[in-house]
Amino acid sequence: MELIRNYTKRGNTGKRRAARRIASFAAIATSLALIATGCASGADTSGGGETSGDAGGDLSITFIPKQLNNPYTDVVLGGGEEGAEEAGFAATEIVGPLEASASSQVSFINAETQAGTNVIVIAANDPDAVGPALEEARSAGAKIVAFDSDTNPKYRDVFISQVVAKGVALIQVKLIAEQIGGAGEIAILSATANATNQNEWIKFMEEELASNPEYKDIKLVTTVYGDDDDTKSFQEAQGLMQAYPNLKGIISPTTVGIAATARYLSTSEYKGKVALTGLGLPNEMRPFVKDGTVTEFALWDPAQLGYVAAFAGKALADGTITGAEGDTFEAGELGEREVGEGGVVIVGPPTQFTADNIDEYDF
Amino acid sequence: MTNTPTTQSPAPQGQTVARPESRKSALGSLIRLREVPVTVALIALVLITYAANPLFLGAQGVKDLLLNATIMIILAVGQTLVIVTRNIDLSVGSILGLVAFFTGTLFATVPGIPIIVVFVAGMALGAVLGAVNGLLVTVAKVPALVITLGTLYIYRGLNNAWAGGTQYFADDRPDEFGALSVDTVLGFPLITLIAILVVIAVAVYMVGTRPGRDLYAIGSDPAAAELFGIPVARRVFLAFLANGVLAGLAGVLYASRFNSVGATTGTGMELDVVAAAVVGGVAIFGGSGSVAGAAIGAVLLTTITSALTALRVDKFWQQAIVGVLILAAIVIDRLAGIRTARKLRESEARDV
Amino acid sequence: MSDSTRTAAANANANANAAAAPAADTTKTISTLGKGRTGAARILLGRDAIMIYAVVVFVLYACIAIPRFASPVTVGFLLLDVIPVLLIALPMTLVIITGEIDLSVASIAGLTSALMGVLWEAGLDIGTVLVLSLVAGVLAGAFNGFLIAVVGLPSLAVTIGTLALFRGLALVVIGDNAVANFPPELTGLFTSKLGATGIPTVMIGVVVVALFFGVLLHMTPFGRGLYALGFSKEAATFVGIKVNRAKFWLFVGTGSVSALAGIYWTLRYSSARSDNASGLELTVIAAVLLGGVSIFGGKGSIPGVIAGVLLIGTINYALRLGRISDVVLIIVTGTLLIASVVAPSIFAAFTRWQHDRRVRRSLPQAAPRE
Repeated sequence: MELIRNYTKRGNTGKRRAARRIASFAAIATSLALIATGCASGADTSGGGETSGDAGGDLSITFIPKQLNNPYTDVVLGGGEEGAEEAGFAATEIVGPLEASASSQVSFINAETQAGTNVIVIAANDPDAVGPALEEARSAGAKIVAFDSDTNPKYRDVFISQVVAKGVALIQVKLIAEQIGGAGEIAILSATANATNQNEWIKFMEEELASNPEYKDIKLVTTVYGDDDDTKSFQEAQGLMQAYPNLKGIISPTTVGIAATARYLSTSEYKGKVALTGLGLPNEMRPFVKDGTVTEFALWDPAQLGYVAAFAGKALADGTITGAEGDTFEAGELGEREVGEGGVVIVGPPTQFTADNIDEYDF
Repeated sequence: MTNTPTTQSPAPQGQTVARPESRKSALGSLIRLREVPVTVALIALVLITYAANPLFLGAQGVKDLLLNATIMIILAVGQTLVIVTRNIDLSVGSILGLVAFFTGTLFATVPGIPIIVVFVAGMALGAVLGAVNGLLVTVAKVPALVITLGTLYIYRGLNNAWAGGTQYFADDRPDEFGALSVDTVLGFPLITLIAILVVIAVAVYMVGTRPGRDLYAIGSDPAAAELFGIPVARRVFLAFLANGVLAGLAGVLYASRFNSVGATTGTGMELDVVAAAVVGGVAIFGGSGSVAGAAIGAVLLTTITSALTALRVDKFWQQAIVGVLILAAIVIDRLAGIRTARKLRESEARDV
Repeated sequence: MSDSTRTAAANANANANAAAAPAADTTKTISTLGKGRTGAARILLGRDAIMIYAVVVFVLYACIAIPRFASPVTVGFLLLDVIPVLLIALPMTLVIITGEIDLSVASIAGLTSALMGVLWEAGLDIGTVLVLSLVAGVLAGAFNGFLIAVVGLPSLAVTIGTLALFRGLALVVIGDNAVANFPPELTGLFTSKLGATGIPTVMIGVVVVALFFGVLLHMTPFGRGLYALGFSKEAATFVGIKVNRAKFWLFVGTGSVSALAGIYWTLRYSSARSDNASGLELTVIAAVLLGGVSIFGGKGSIPGVIAGVLLIGTINYALRLGRISDVVLIIVTGTLLIASVVAPSIFAAFTRWQHDRRVRRSLPQAAPRE
C-alpha cells in the first residue's frame, strides 16, 4: 500500500517535478557558467604572479614521485629536498599519488603547471601517459627533469639515472652467477611490467646471459612481476619455487620485490638453497643478510638521485644548460656532472652490500 | 537494494523459523547444496594441479596454500556474519591495514610487549572500527554499502595520515611473532590453526545458538524478524562489531606473515573478501550461507593463484577465471534456491 | 463543532500521515518534508539545489582562498579530470534509481581501453577501432543485463563477478603491454580546449550524453517508470512497465557509456593499458550517492548527480592546487559520503520528534471536548 501510494503521489506531482528538473538543469548550467566566467575574470588579477617567478630568481621546484609513502621514494625525496635547498630554490614541494597507476600523476602535473612551478622533477609511472601533461607544463615555461624512471625522452629536458643501465644489469648477473656457482636455472622478479628502468635492465641481463660465454650454463627461465606490492611479490616468489623446482637463484631488481622474496625464502624450506640478489635498501635487507638468506646485493645511494635532480633542475631553470649532450653543471658536494647521450645524467656506481659492510649504511 | 533475487527465499526461510520440526532437514539440505559446488571445485583444482605438478602438494606447497588462505578465511568468515544479515562491509581491507600498521607500531615503540597483548590490542582496534560501522548502520539507518564505502575511504585516509612513508619490517617484530606464520603443527601453520578455530567458533555460534540463527532471520526478512521480537539493531551492530574484531585479527596475522606493513597494506582486499563469501555460497542479499562455505570459498580463490603459477598457465587468465567462478556460484545458488523453494512448497502441501 | 477542534483534528491527521511515511522508510524523508512547501521553495530548498549551492559556494571559496584557482586553466584541467566519473555517473544514476547497481563499469572501461590498444596495434584504422571498442562495451553491458534481467540474478553479485571477469579479459587481451602511439590529431583533440574558455572540446559530447540521460530520466514515461521500479517491482509491473526489459537496457546503457569513458581515458592519456580506470567504480558510486540518489532506489536526479560529481572534482582539484595531500582528499570524500546520507536521517529523526511533540500537545485538548 505504502509503495502504491507513493507512486500515485508521484504521478500527481509529475508536472511540477518536471518543471523543477528544468529549473535544476538551468541552475547547473548557470553555476557552470559562473565557474567559467567568474574564474576567467579572476585570472587577470592572479595571472601576473605566474611570470614574475623567472625574473625575480625565487624559483620553485616540485618533486612528483611514482607514489608517496614508499620507503625508497622517501630516501630519494630526502636527498631531493636537501639538494633543492642547497641549489637555492625558494620553494620545494612534494606531491604525488598514493597509488602508482599510469594516469594518477597527470592531475598533479596539471596543478603544478597552473601553479607556475619552474622545475618539475618526475619519476614516471608510465613513459607516455604523462606526456601530454608534461608538454603543457613545458609550454607554460616549466623545465622537466625525469629521475629514477624515465619518461619518453621527447617529454623531458634531462633524465637523472642512478647508474649506467647496462652497468647495473651486469652487476646483478655477476652476483647471481657467483652465488649459484655459474650454472643452473634463474628467474627474475620485477616491479610492474611497464616500469621503464626495470625493463631496460632486464633487457641487458638477457643479452648478457645470451652473449657472455661465462654464463652459458645459466638459464633464465622466466620473468614475473610483483607490481612493487609486498603481498603480490611474496606470492610470486612462492609461485616461482613451485613452478620451477630446479630454480637456483632469483634476481629482483626492485627494493620491494627483493625484500618480499627474502621474507618468503627466510620463512620457507628454500632458505639457503635458492640464492637471491638484486637491488635492495640496506635497512630492509639487513635481517636477511644477517640470517644468511641473502649473501650480497646492490644499490646506489637513492638520496644522491634526488640531490643531483635538484641541481640539474636549477641549471635548466637558470639557462646554464639546455639538456644537450656535453652540457655540464655543478651538483653541490657531488661535484661536476655531465649530460650524456640522450640527455641522461649518471649519478654514480652502485654499492654492493654484504654482511661485512651493511651496518655502515643507513637508508 | 532490491528484492528480486530473494523473492523465492524469504518465504522458505520464514517457514523454517516458524516450523521447527521441518527446519533441520530443510536447512540441512540447503547447506549441503550450497557448499557442495565450491568444495568440489576446490578438490578438482587441487587434484588437477597436483597431477601436473606434484610439488604443489609437497610439504612446503601445502604450507604455502594454507598460509595464503589464512587471512582471507578470517575476513570471509567475518564478512559472512554481516552479509547474512543483508548488509555488507566494504571497509575490511582498510581496517586490516590500520590494524596491521598499529601492530607494527606497537612492536617498534614498546620493546618487549607480550605478543598476546598485541593480539588483544589489534582486535580491540578492529572492534572500535567495526563498531563505528555498526553504529552508523543501525542508529542512522543508512545502508551498509554506503556507510562502509565511506569508512573504506576514511580508514584508509587515517592509515595514510598516520603512517606516511613509514613502514615497519619483519625485523622490527620479535622472532616468535614471525614464527607464528612459519612453525607448523601436524603440517598446519600456527596462524592457519587460529583461522580454523575462528571458523569452528563462528560456525557453532551461527548454527547452534539463538542469536546466531537470528542473523539468518534478520537477513531473510528484517521486518518479519522485528515483528518476531528479534532485537534487529543490536544483532546487526554485533555482526559489524564481530567483523571488525576478525578484520583486526587478520591485520595482526598479516603483520606476522608479511615483511612490511605501511600506508597501503590491505588496499583493494574488500571485493576479494566479498567474492570469497559469494563463491562459498553466501547469498549476497542475506538469509542464507554458511561460515564453512565462505571459508572454502576463500581457500578456493587464494588457491587459484598458486595453481595457475604451478601449472605455468598464463597468469593473465587468473582474474577472468575468478570472475567466472563468482558468476557460476550465484547461478548455482539461484538454482538451489528455486529447487528448495519447490521442495518446501511440496512438503508444505503435504502437511496441510 | 468548533473551529479549533476541527483544526486540531486535521492537524493530528496530517501529522499522523507525515509521521507514517518516514517511519516506513527514512530515505524518503526529503520528499515528505517538501510536501508543505510551495513550488518555488521546493526548487530552492530541494536536495538538488542544496548540492548545487554547495558546489557554487565551494567554487567561490576556492576562487578567494586558493591562489591561482580562479583561472580558465582550472576549468579545463578540472573538467578533464572529472569527465570519466561524470560520464559513468549518468547511466549509473538510472541504474541505482531502479534499485540495482553496476560495479563492473570501471572494468568495462579497462576492457575497452585494452581492446583499443590491441586493435590499433593490429593495424586497423582508428574509426574501426573506436566502433569495435564501443561494441565491446555494449556487449559487456548486455551480458550484465542478461544475467540480471533475464536470468534474474542479484545485480550486486553479478557485477562483482563481472568486475573481476572484464578486468581479467582486459589482462588476457593486452597483458602487461601498453600501447601509446595513437594518432596525435585524435589525442590532441581529447586534450584541446574550446577557445579561451578553458572548457575541453570533449565536453560537447559529455553534455550531449548528460542531456540524453537527463531527458530520458526526467521527461519521458520510461524515466518516470524507473522511479516506480525503484520503489516496487510489483507496483511498476502493475502500472504497465516492462520491468525486465527496462533493466536490461539500463545495463546496456552503463556498459556503452563505460566504453565511452574507456575510449576517453585511452585517448586523453594516450595510453591503452589493462589497469586503466581501475577502482573508478567506487568513486562513481560515491559521487552518485553524494548527488542525492538513494541506494534503495526510487530517488535521485541527474542535476543532483552532476553537482555531486562536480563537488568531488572541485574539492579534489582545489586540494591539488593547494598541494594538500591526497590523504585529506580520501578522508573528505568518505566523510562527505557518510554525512550526505546520515544528515537527512538525523534531520528526519529530529522533525519526527517535533511532530510527535506537537501531536502529543494537541491531542489532550481535542479529547475532552468530544
